[in-house]
Amino acid sequence: MRTKGSKKAAAKEAGVTAVDREHALHLLRSMILIRRFEAKCAELYSAMKIRGFLHLYDGEEAVAVGVLQALTPEDAIVATYREHGHALIRGVSPGAIMAEMYGKQEGCSRGRGGSMHLFDDRTRFYGGNAIVGGGLPLAVGLALADKMQGKARVTCCFFGDGAVAEGEFHESMNLAALWKVPVLFVCENNLYAMGTALKYSHAVQDLTRRAASYDMACEAVDGMDVSAVETAARKAVAFVRGGEGPYFLECRTYRFRAHSMFDAELYRNKAEVEEWKKRCPIETFSSRCREGGLISDEDLATIEREVAHEVNEAVAFAEACTWEPLEDLTRFVYSERRRP
Amino acid sequence: MSTSTHAMRKITYREAVREAIRDAIQKDERVFLMGEDVGRYGGCFAVSKGLLDELGPARILDTPLSESGFVGAGIGAALGGMRPIVEVMTCNFSLLAADQILNNAAVYLHMSGGLFNVPIVIRMATGGGRQVAAQHSRCLDGWYAHIPGIKVVSPATVEDARGMLWTALEDPDPVLIFENSGLYNMEGELAVDAGPVDIDSARIRRQGKHITLISYSASLIKSLDAAEILAREGIDAEVIDLRTLRPLDEKTFLESVGKTHRALIIDEGWRSGSISAEISARIMESGFFDLDAPVQRLCSVEVPMPYAKHLEDAALPQVDKIVDIVRSMVGANG
Amino acid sequence: MAEFRMPSLGSDMKEGTLLEWRVKVGDRVKHGDIIAVVDTDKAAIEIEVFEDGIVETLIVQPGQKVPVGTVMALIRQEGATGARAIPVTAPALEGAPIRAAQEVAPPMERIARAVQGAFEPSAPRDETQRLRASPYARKLAAQQGVDLSLLRGTGPGGAIRATDVERAASGVESTASVAAAVEEPVTRGPVPSAEKPTPLPTGTEQPRVAADPAAMRRAIAAAMERSNREIPHYYLQTRIDLSRTLRWLESENLKRSIKERILPVVPLIKAVALALTETPELNGYWIDDRHQPQETINIGFAIALRQGGLIAPAILQADTKSIDEMMECMRDLITRARAGRLRRSEMTDATITVTSLGDLGVETVYGVIYPPQVALVGFGKVTEQPWVENGMLGIRPVLTATLAADHRATDGRRGAQFLDALNTILQEPARL
Repeated sequence: MRTKGSKKAAAKEAGVTAVDREHALHLLRSMILIRRFEAKCAELYSAMKIRGFLHLYDGEEAVAVGVLQALTPEDAIVATYREHGHALIRGVSPGAIMAEMYGKQEGCSRGRGGSMHLFDDRTRFYGGNAIVGGGLPLAVGLALADKMQGKARVTCCFFGDGAVAEGEFHESMNLAALWKVPVLFVCENNLYAMGTALKYSHAVQDLTRRAASYDMACEAVDGMDVSAVETAARKAVAFVRGGEGPYFLECRTYRFRAHSMFDAELYRNKAEVEEWKKRCPIETFSSRCREGGLISDEDLATIEREVAHEVNEAVAFAEACTWEPLEDLTRFVYSERRRP
Repeated sequence: MSTSTHAMRKITYREAVREAIRDAIQKDERVFLMGEDVGRYGGCFAVSKGLLDELGPARILDTPLSESGFVGAGIGAALGGMRPIVEVMTCNFSLLAADQILNNAAVYLHMSGGLFNVPIVIRMATGGGRQVAAQHSRCLDGWYAHIPGIKVVSPATVEDARGMLWTALEDPDPVLIFENSGLYNMEGELAVDAGPVDIDSARIRRQGKHITLISYSASLIKSLDAAEILAREGIDAEVIDLRTLRPLDEKTFLESVGKTHRALIIDEGWRSGSISAEISARIMESGFFDLDAPVQRLCSVEVPMPYAKHLEDAALPQVDKIVDIVRSMVGANG
Repeated sequence: MAEFRMPSLGSDMKEGTLLEWRVKVGDRVKHGDIIAVVDTDKAAIEIEVFEDGIVETLIVQPGQKVPVGTVMALIRQEGATGARAIPVTAPALEGAPIRAAQEVAPPMERIARAVQGAFEPSAPRDETQRLRASPYARKLAAQQGVDLSLLRGTGPGGAIRATDVERAASGVESTASVAAAVEEPVTRGPVPSAEKPTPLPTGTEQPRVAADPAAMRRAIAAAMERSNREIPHYYLQTRIDLSRTLRWLESENLKRSIKERILPVVPLIKAVALALTETPELNGYWIDDRHQPQETINIGFAIALRQGGLIAPAILQADTKSIDEMMECMRDLITRARAGRLRRSEMTDATITVTSLGDLGVETVYGVIYPPQVALVGFGKVTEQPWVENGMLGIRPVLTATLAADHRATDGRRGAQFLDALNTILQEPARL
């Protein structure tokens, strides 16, 4: 299924030509890391090493990888519960993420969050938010704080098409546009709010029109194309950092796997999934790069080998990690330090 | 805290809150006030009247009617290094922001394993008694006190109205301040140099030996009035102002009950699942053998607040009801 | 078929240990018979049966500890046919307290003579409910040795509150309790039994019986403290020539076998009983600011226990007993007191107390009245002293008798009349 918008997202060629070999390897490696890391997560989930909800990002890797290229370490990220990829690419250690999913105290949220609530202060990674739409007001506030403090930082907020139906989306779009705060709203439109298709949820299915109604700068981009996403994100971030207010970037993408591990996928047919898989962001980018002579099969093999090692290291780390003692059950309900 | 050595002045509860806001904004550049009609209108209850002119639009921020949006933005701003005072016009509207308060403010610290605390202060008017019917008369102080991760304070005196805000702003975690709308016009004596007060302990507002009246917010004032009437009958009631509903200072009321052996809790919240139920349970758990009478509660009648005056009066805890219950509990010979 | 259950002998009695059966299967029992001895936290207590019939089954065995309300035996009414299935031994949740309350009700003859102020076992006033007392009242009662089961509460639904316990401990009875005693004299007594000494078993005779000297001491302490605090005592003393009585006693004892001989204290107690018929004001109670003389003369006789402490079980209706009956009664009382097997009425029904310390060489006893009684008679040692009578000097056995009396109830003149009557009777021992 092709949407009207994805046809309009015509930055593809420009994006590819802008990519040099190093960067191409980096993008490819990033997407493969997410894919392999999460494949391991699914395996470990089945082996009951990981519990709770587990939402995988298969098929959508180009969005996180592409957008995060545009950010600097000072910027902030607010993500959703399908955020392993964002955390990995933002630079949260794979070991700490895996340990978190194991529920170990060396996890990035000390085993308090799990798969849906990855946090990292070093990279300003503000979750891991599992109430759909709930992260948007936070992003507005983070950006408001930056604006009030005169800091030229950007807050990048990821959310799905489902969130667009939430009141908090509209409140946040209005506040951000009203106050002209530096937020990049990234809508990862994978066409399904859990199991309900966009067409059953939205009166207006071109989501950029929602942003436009707030007079907010916006663009829709092919979310299966990492270069196109990166290009659009760089443009958007430059706009936001320039103090011109928020920006709405819709990335049209698709989730290959089920919504979560406990999902019979009754709401879509296999043919549709197979059709989208032909546009796999890793396959298409990899092919293009090889066809263009930017990378070789050997490069790809090296990436796979290195990623496999990295994933195995993360698992080994998580396995070796320790459990938070029960005495610490009630820690982190209130702060243990008083801030000045 | 004794203020007897300080020069005193008369001040209303409303003015005390306003002074606290002004003082905080002037003291700390990270502090700002945001909320519906806090600026140009001067605050729904006129609390922030004049502050926009005094402190400027960068510090007094009018928001659209987007409770979830601006409370969430306040949380985000707190995460981003600011010290926002978010005014939610009344606690009834806070329900529109319940997602942000419960799902974000209350859990961020824990969910992030201690990485991200949320130093936000959310002020809201609470309580009934003004004939504004079911959607504007709730007393949700105790309802919020159920939630770990936030602190809930209910100032009932001008001293607390003046002093709790700064302490709340200094707190690293979310603090909800419930200001009973029936108290804004209340006048009280305040030290000229009144400053911050703690937000983690209860106070004995009146010493007594026959019964402990445990209350907070507007009901505290009614309890004190009742105690005066009872004193004329020879019943000496101790009156405790909880001040903070979470964390609950149980030591103070348990000690008092240990002395008086009777407790009546006066709570404007509804009875079922209320803070009064919590207090009663804690007395059972830790003070059972000190009890000489079953713990009693006077709460709001369990109806949505009716508009008609006589019905509203009947629905709320009132002084005469407190007096009657105490009489029946203590008896003529105390 | 009637069920004999472990009775509740006090609000704080949750269980009891059967020490022995006084009956065996097939025995005919009648209402009021002692059929078992039960050890409680306080003492071993003889348990009466409240049914007439034949012992069908003894369910609980000696040594077994069972909760109050547990069926211990089945009593078949005469004429009834054989046994039915043995009931469960665990008490029925609702029924047990009711049954227990009925079983501790006093025997018929005592009901018949029960009057205002008589002390009866601790039946919960509301027989459909357990004793209602506030937790704090229970704590206070435990601290001050007050038996809650004998109090009438002034709290909601008649619940006992701290104030009721404090009043009882300080001896001020609530008006409600007195009113209740008047209206329903057989269901309760107005005075906490804990203010009277409780029976204490001796270690030597009944090694299996648990004893709590500390509890007894506390109980005595509470009673004496109250007495000294509240009762304005006045003391009178007189010397009595006992030669006529002793000569009479000697001749009487010549008629008896050694086993049946009468101890010298017996005529003294009988004389007290007779003197009281002439000065009835000294026989009774001071309760709730009211002097309440009693018609029945029950003389509490202080018995020291070997391991310390004392109790003063009552010789019931002492004025009506013959010297021999009284001797028999005393023997029985002393034996059972030292075995810790006094009945509740004997522990609670005394209307006056007699203390004799003569066997220890004491000449004069200055007594402390047992509240709410209004008098205590003390006897010292009988010594040979020079005695002038009708201008003649002689050597006589002389007894120093004292009266400690409650000045709220009587005046010295009345007390003097009592001692005078006592003396007169002892000079005419034939009246005994």
